[in-house]
Amino acid sequence: MSAAPKVTPTAPSMLAMPSPGLPPFDYVRVNHPGKVVRLLLEHGDNARLLMGGTDIFVQMRDGVLAPQIVIDLKRLPGMTNIRYDPARGLTVGAAVSMNALAAHPAVIAHYPLLVQAVETVASYQLRSRATMGGNLCNASPAADTAPAALVLETRCVAWGPDGERVIPVKDFFLGVRRTALQPGEFLARIEIPTPPDGWAGRYIKLGRNAGGDLAIVGVAVMGYPDHSTSSGYRFKVALASVAPTPIRVPEAEAILSANPITEDLLAQAARAAEDTAKPIDDLRGSARYRKAMTRNLARRALDDVWHELRKER
Amino acid sequence: MAAHTITFTVNGAPETALVHSHTTLLAFLREQLGLTGTKNGCSTGECGACTVLLNGEPVNACLVLAVEIDGAELVTVEGLAHDGQLEPLQQAFIDHTGTQCGFCTPGILIAARALLNRNPDPTEAEIKDALRGNLCRCTGYMRIIDAVKDAARTGG
Repeated sequence: MSAAPKVTPTAPSMLAMPSPGLPPFDYVRVNHPGKVVRLLLEHGDNARLLMGGTDIFVQMRDGVLAPQIVIDLKRLPGMTNIRYDPARGLTVGAAVSMNALAAHPAVIAHYPLLVQAVETVASYQLRSRATMGGNLCNASPAADTAPAALVLETRCVAWGPDGERVIPVKDFFLGVRRTALQPGEFLARIEIPTPPDGWAGRYIKLGRNAGGDLAIVGVAVMGYPDHSTSSGYRFKVALASVAPTPIRVPEAEAILSANPITEDLLAQAARAAEDTAKPIDDLRGSARYRKAMTRNLARRALDDVWHELRKER
Repeated sequence: MAAHTITFTVNGAPETALVHSHTTLLAFLREQLGLTGTKNGCSTGECGACTVLLNGEPVNACLVLAVEIDGAELVTVEGLAHDGQLEPLQQAFIDHTGTQCGFCTPGILIAARALLNRNPDPTEAEIKDALRGNLCRCTGYMRIIDAVKDAARTGG
């Protein structure tokens, strides 16, 4: 690329109409996990952690958040690394961008469910910055990567005052925008075990448009052959946007283990998902609509996974 | 309030600047560097009018801090044409009338450039998916998609 002409200085008229900005704060870039812990303990709720920024900057612009200090975690060791080992599974640094995750050969080969979930989020350019770690830490009920994380039995590895702590993702979400992270703790990486042989997975999201809108309902299903169950299979089902947190549906999972899989049984499991959903009315959809769509999308995801599993037999 | 010295390249030219912690990349480009080709639409990462290339990847400049581009390479719409020659995508947008009011065009050109860099021969579905984060209220998108297809066909 040839050198462009030197840019001109700011014209005063442009300063008169600044684009809507962020409220003032101090930015700190850290290279050591201990420094993050110290800053978090020192500043408490006045500190916010920055990875992709696609959620916190929107909330800051809207006046929901007004931190005094923003701590950039992207240059901490390991935060943007992806490692895959057939025995140990996938390790994803908390600040790995969604695009980097979805483009990684091991993720494409071994975790297509993750690629599906990531690619429903917003737009390509937003996913250049957005991270799966941030998506989980924001603990939005609508987090698109959370149902996939739940059915894949993901472990969240936190760094804190006492070093590392592993939090299974099923225990990670405590409520709307509340996680199990304690004061001084931050998410360092996500560990996703290698799923059982012959597994299949599907994430289906319903938004107000075909693009990357927030989920009205999101359903993740994974299934695999398991000779220890009466059906010969085991399924895992998780939902987004129909409860204060992303949730698993143990009732549906139990139904699908206990009896030979039939059309009727898949329908019964989808009804169990509807029964488990406890949605609210909001601008994206009514509770009644969400419940009906939970059943429909669960049925569709179960059908897709069951179809895949039978193909592989 | 802290200020930071950052060093980076923009459209191939090395630059050093002093920025506040809370200055977004979008505000920095438009108000400190005078690069007003990059537009401010929604300020929340939905419309794509502020899309720029950061180390080769398209990002919404409204959701990036200026201080984060320290050490990075940036390309804005001003950096697409070279030596008085429009780049093939820009010419294709003219040929297909892919622009009307023009407000979304810089962001779409950058998002489309990023697509063709990573996938020189995209399908129509891949083009639509890559431009999902760029809203246009004038064209109905079809001419934009035609322009991107044409640029890909001619090796743009």
